[in-house]
Amino acid sequence: MEAPAAIFYILASIALLSAVMVIWSRNVVHSAIYLVLTFLCVAAVYVLLRAEFVAAVQVLVYAGGIVVLFLFVIMLVNLQDTLGPRVRLHATVSGVVGAAVVGLILYVYSRGPLATERLLSVPPADAAGNLQAIGQALYRDFVLPFEIASILLLVAMIGAIVLARQKY
Amino acid sequence: MPVPPNHVLVFSLLLFAVGVLGVLTRRNAIVILMSIELMMNAANINFIMFSQRLHDLAGQVFSVFTIAVAAGEVAVGLAIVLALFRNRDTVYVDEVHIMKG
Repeated sequence: MEAPAAIFYILASIALLSAVMVIWSRNVVHSAIYLVLTFLCVAAVYVLLRAEFVAAVQVLVYAGGIVVLFLFVIMLVNLQDTLGPRVRLHATVSGVVGAAVVGLILYVYSRGPLATERLLSVPPADAAGNLQAIGQALYRDFVLPFEIASILLLVAMIGAIVLARQKY
Repeated sequence: MPVPPNHVLVFSLLLFAVGVLGVLTRRNAIVILMSIELMMNAANINFIMFSQRLHDLAGQVFSVFTIAVAAGEVAVGLAIVLALFRNRDTVYVDEVHIMKG
């Protein structure tokens, strides 16, 4: 096994374990911290897949912004009564549904042309990564979706302020 | 050097399944939002993997858009959780079964 494949397996197992801990731990703050670990491992996987810009955005937006927002809201709502139990009644049904999702997608993978063990071909590496190419694609080919995304963020910000306001 | 694409797909599939399990089993609305973030991350991994495999940058650009949508979704979702906590004094979704405030 060559080095980046081994690194991928290590990162993937850490990400999966911490994702399980996100939904397993009783304390919501612990869930948020494990969520940071998951996001950082996924960002490292992006770097392995040669998507450096998305990895940087992932660290900045997810690990830097979204988790801080989660922690902020966890501190705002009262923590001691959020240590409640999970839903015991539906645990079996949920396990069956989750296993069915895994089985269904694995079945589709096994039927598809991806089942052949072809390897990822690595594009020619340049020193600066793919930042320039991403910028040109984002501002030339995808400039209208880019502007729509900015309007979406503005609407989400206004909506969040209106919803979280003290009095309506 | 290369990572087998099938293994990347299986990794994102397992991450998605963990997110599904979190949405289905947890009562806390904040943890449910975190599980939705896990599922969006799994979709992003697929975008990146296929972008790499097909030599097309559109997948990476789309994953940037997905991250923007996830940020907006978390902001609005957490604002709803805050409003819920102010009005009902709970963040458990099974205790919120009447929409009429």
